[in-house]
Amino acid sequence: MVLDNTGVVEIEEGIKVVPGANSIITTIDKVVNWSRLSSIWPMTFGLACCAIEMMTAGSAHYDLDRFGIIFRGSPRQSDVLIIAGTVTKKMAPVLRRVYDQMPEPRYVMAMGSCACSGGVFNTYSTVQGGDAFLPVDVYVPGCPPRPEALMDGFLRLQDKIRKEYFRWSRFR
Amino acid sequence: MTGFLETMFSPGSADMILTIGTIVVKIAILIGIVLLHVAYAPYFERKVIGHMQVRMGPMRVGPHGLLQPIADGLKLFFKEDIIPAQADKSIFYISPVICLFTAMSTLAVIPIFGGFVIANINIGILFVLAMSSLGAYGIVMSGWSSNSKYAFLGGLRSSAQVISYEIAMGLSLVGVIIMSGSLNLTDIVAAQEAYPLKSFIIPQIIGFFVFCVAAMAETNRTPFDLPEAESELVAGYFTEYSGMRFALFFLAEYIGMLLMCAIAAICFLGGWNGPFEVPYIPFFWLLVKVYAFMFIYYWVRATVPRYRYDQLMSLGWKLMIPLALFNVVLTGTIKMLR
Repeated sequence: MVLDNTGVVEIEEGIKVVPGANSIITTIDKVVNWSRLSSIWPMTFGLACCAIEMMTAGSAHYDLDRFGIIFRGSPRQSDVLIIAGTVTKKMAPVLRRVYDQMPEPRYVMAMGSCACSGGVFNTYSTVQGGDAFLPVDVYVPGCPPRPEALMDGFLRLQDKIRKEYFRWSRFR
Repeated sequence: MTGFLETMFSPGSADMILTIGTIVVKIAILIGIVLLHVAYAPYFERKVIGHMQVRMGPMRVGPHGLLQPIADGLKLFFKEDIIPAQADKSIFYISPVICLFTAMSTLAVIPIFGGFVIANINIGILFVLAMSSLGAYGIVMSGWSSNSKYAFLGGLRSSAQVISYEIAMGLSLVGVIIMSGSLNLTDIVAAQEAYPLKSFIIPQIIGFFVFCVAAMAETNRTPFDLPEAESELVAGYFTEYSGMRFALFFLAEYIGMLLMCAIAAICFLGGWNGPFEVPYIPFFWLLVKVYAFMFIYYWVRATVPRYRYDQLMSLGWKLMIPLALFNVVLTGTIKMLR
């Protein structure tokens, strides 16, 4: 699509090419969001049985590395906290602390029924869903969710990051 | 200052300006190439290890994941920069810079091909060893200033490891120095042309072995990656670093790897000399050797589990250093007899 009297061709929404100049024009929003959704580094933090499925998703058969997703050991270098399993009231402050240690922009995925809503554990010792104490971005239901479901969760998170606006700025 | 200006504008100054200009251009070329290389080294690593583990590695970001390093770098650049409240701030700021500075300045003495070296100094190897041990300061200081026990333990481990293996590495290079009679890296390559395969690999095979092991320990790579052992120390000495500061450490680590590969290729494998001349690409063989070494680094990482710390120390002190000393004696004796 050629825009009028500039000669600039729009190849995708918000991405324009200057013909003959080998140049692409786009917004910082687009570039930053692209870089963030292309390298999501989750925190290595498993809580219960869902963590086994999370590890499987990272292993050879499912291979999260294809999407640029690699697990980081330190919360300072990770972008996503996956609540992988039942959150007990004893564990909730620890999880919250790990989240607090992560730098912005940070995202939270609730993986499994327990992290989404408390699941079958409607007891005195269990937190009823990760959203009771963390801002959850993506819910992945299942008990436990299959690795494909977790990958779908990552793709949903990518969609969410793609729609962000002005989050790179100091005044966000 | 005035003296400098006078010489700059004196009649014979055109030569000097030309020399400085050439050096600046050389530095710009080298830094450009090295940074591009270092950006793609992790991509290469993820691909190689991925295929060794029967997976694909990065595939979705650009064709075959080719834009992955750019995305990672941009993301880290725009990430929040956290400085822990209890950290020693000035040291916390300066330590990644020290790591990167020492790694980058070592590049100056590495000859890429005959005639292309930024600083053709006569103490090339000594400079490389000095800078790589200076880099340990950056690691120790980052571990100390973070005020975190994991980072502190990682920093301590790294300093002990680097000091131990520095000795073995220095001694393994002594054999090369005896054979070539020079510390200048360009001269070392020139001295190798007379030997079989145009390299020191056959006469210096013991030294080469010790150097390879010590290089892996120096750059904190698996199986000697105890300073950043993820299962014990979270992320080691850069546990508390986020965003761009972490990226600086990452950069320094990969430049260090590249340097060790380059030193191995130059000192033991004959540098840019190969079986035949490649027209228009004088650094072709050096590049091939460096990449082969990088591949071995990744191969080892995909294969070998991590050492226990006391095993690492006893390997360094009880095996590598005696072996390197034996190599020095052997090389010296043969050199005397010939």
